[in-house]
Amino acid sequence: MPSIYVDHAATTPMSPAAFEAISTQLQVLGNPSSLHTHGRSTRKSVEDAREVIAKQVHCLPSEVIFTASGTEANNIALKGLYWQGRSQGKNVVVISAIEHHAILDPAQWLKDHEGAELITVDVTADGVIDLVSLKNIIDKKGSEIAVISIMHANNETGTLQPISDVVAMAGQIPVHTDAVQSFKKIPLSFSQLGLYAMSLSAHKIGGPLGIGALILKRAVEIPALLHGGGQEREIRSGTLNAPSIVAFAAAAQDEYQIAQVIELRNEFIKQVKEQFPDVIINGKNVDRLPGIVNVTFPGTQSDTLLLLLDKANVSASTGSACSAGVHEASHVLLAMGHTQQSAQSSLRFSFGSTSTHDDLNFILSVLPDVIARGRAANTK
Amino acid sequence: MKLIAAMSGGVDSAVAAARAVEAGHDVIGVHLALAANPQKYRSGARGCCTIEDSHDARRAADVIGIPFYIWDMAEEFHDGVVEDFLAEYAAGRTPNPCLRCNEKIKFAAVLDRARSMGFDGVVTGHYARTQISENGKTLHRAVDHAKDQSYVLSVLTIEQIAGAIFPLGDTTKVDIRKEAEARGLAVAQKPDSHDICFVPSGDNAGWLRDRLGSETGPIVDQDGNKIGEHKGAYTYTIGQRKGLGLTVPTADGSPRFVLKIEPVTNTVVVGAREELAITTMRGERPVWCGPKVTDKEQAGFVQIRAHGAALPCTYHFDGTLLVANLSEPLLGLATGQAMVIYDGDRVVGSATICQTQ
Repeated sequence: MPSIYVDHAATTPMSPAAFEAISTQLQVLGNPSSLHTHGRSTRKSVEDAREVIAKQVHCLPSEVIFTASGTEANNIALKGLYWQGRSQGKNVVVISAIEHHAILDPAQWLKDHEGAELITVDVTADGVIDLVSLKNIIDKKGSEIAVISIMHANNETGTLQPISDVVAMAGQIPVHTDAVQSFKKIPLSFSQLGLYAMSLSAHKIGGPLGIGALILKRAVEIPALLHGGGQEREIRSGTLNAPSIVAFAAAAQDEYQIAQVIELRNEFIKQVKEQFPDVIINGKNVDRLPGIVNVTFPGTQSDTLLLLLDKANVSASTGSACSAGVHEASHVLLAMGHTQQSAQSSLRFSFGSTSTHDDLNFILSVLPDVIARGRAANTK
Repeated sequence: MKLIAAMSGGVDSAVAAARAVEAGHDVIGVHLALAANPQKYRSGARGCCTIEDSHDARRAADVIGIPFYIWDMAEEFHDGVVEDFLAEYAAGRTPNPCLRCNEKIKFAAVLDRARSMGFDGVVTGHYARTQISENGKTLHRAVDHAKDQSYVLSVLTIEQIAGAIFPLGDTTKVDIRKEAEARGLAVAQKPDSHDICFVPSGDNAGWLRDRLGSETGPIVDQDGNKIGEHKGAYTYTIGQRKGLGLTVPTADGSPRFVLKIEPVTNTVVVGAREELAITTMRGERPVWCGPKVTDKEQAGFVQIRAHGAALPCTYHFDGTLLVANLSEPLLGLATGQAMVIYDGDRVVGSATICQTQ
């Protein structure tokens, strides 16, 4: 029985090079902060890796701060830049309505606990931020804005955001972008974009779980979340996770099969629309990441579809669930104008470098039965 | 069979799911999220469907080796169980929400959804048995009478019983805990839940007061003389003696009991103990768990509380109401409770008590 994985936006298989790198480094003794031979040897591996990451995203090696996750990178950036701004009398935080929870929730926390004024930029029906509305916010509040954080590409629909326009509009205001989904999937240049900060994660690109990076502009000093040994520009203390870092760098050098992924994605969309003419492909009119397709199947509930697909050996995603594990209507789709009901009838299929035509054919062979049963079981 | 196992995160439903798997069924574990804003932790025997409970259920499913999902039934639960509970109290009756949950959620919303998705039935950790006889699949008491839950399942129709699997009915609770231990289920010693799950504080009167208000009203004797004041009629139960706060003593000094709650006039009527005695009860909206009851008088037993005694009676159906005539008088019976008729260990059917005399 095949086991089909179409949830590469959640996590993707570890690449052979990353697996080799982490396995080797796990056997090497030495704390990268130690001054002796063992320490220096591990430190060299970490710094080699830092240079690899820096080269991939066009930044200085010293601008790479390793973290334990993309979420941590987002938290350091948003809270740090906010606190830095607040010390200069700026208390406004601007984010988009479609950010990942790793931005939405820290932003809400800053509002609830740290005196931030939170402003959310709306998106169009295709899920792209409304630049006119952002301009109005900047015109009105510019001198009070501590940080603007807009994601590079959305994790649920794959829609790309106009980050260079955002940076141009922002002028001197620090801009952070969550580029967790974009890294390695499409061109991404920290220096060209002119960003203050950018978040990355290893496991979305074939690296291990539990390692990420914050790219933070040189000489930008922000308050830390973790205090301790003073590693990573004293912004992120904690012994550096050398095995995961070298594996992150190994994965970053792998080639993403962009043409193959786009072809599969397009074929999938074509066939699904043929099978079910009433489906909605969310964000269909704008540029999107190569691998992500978000489909609304009217008259269904996505948690039912997920169960039925899972039972048919297909792993797809319903988007986010709350802490109780209950499937929630996606805030991204709601922001794009969906109703609660249609937002809860949507699934994300995300393809990766290891996806094949056989995977695609298998999914298409089980979908009719899944959708028919899903419609029959729909109670909403 | 392809089955959905409803897993609360407790020991019973975990063992029930494990037994269903062992019996050769294709089982999927489902935890029902019944509260829109669940609490993080459970405190002792109170509450359920906390986030901690859903984690316990997930862990049990993993140990058993079955897929696990969470189904959001918060809206259905609120509309069908919580609102019903409030409406019944507001009308001066005493409802049983567990029974309503079985009727409207576990063996209706969940079973219907399961069947539409291609499953054959729902497994639960209820202590009850089913049997196949010439009358089809019938519902019976559990072997462990102290834990027997057939009372709260008596609202299931034949159709629903056909889709219900109760793997624990032949075992005592003590043995279920031992079995859970042997199966490596971490919930083996988790405390039982007793109270109403959506009243996590355990303070029913306070919970009702917050939602229904606490409009004071008269406490009167049977002649209509006002002898006290109550703090919300629905917080009283028929047969209640304590907490009435009456200062006018009876002529002979005998205690007074709540006889009647009249929601329209917001009045609580009290009187002597013997006034509570009833010998006949009638129930509306009957449900038959097997062959239909006819107008022919039958001998059997009636039970009026989840773990109450089975009272000898004769019963019949008058075409509208289920009628039970008790062999011995009974003191203090609130309307709104379920009257459940048994033929030995078999559940004949049930109805909601609407009249007593």
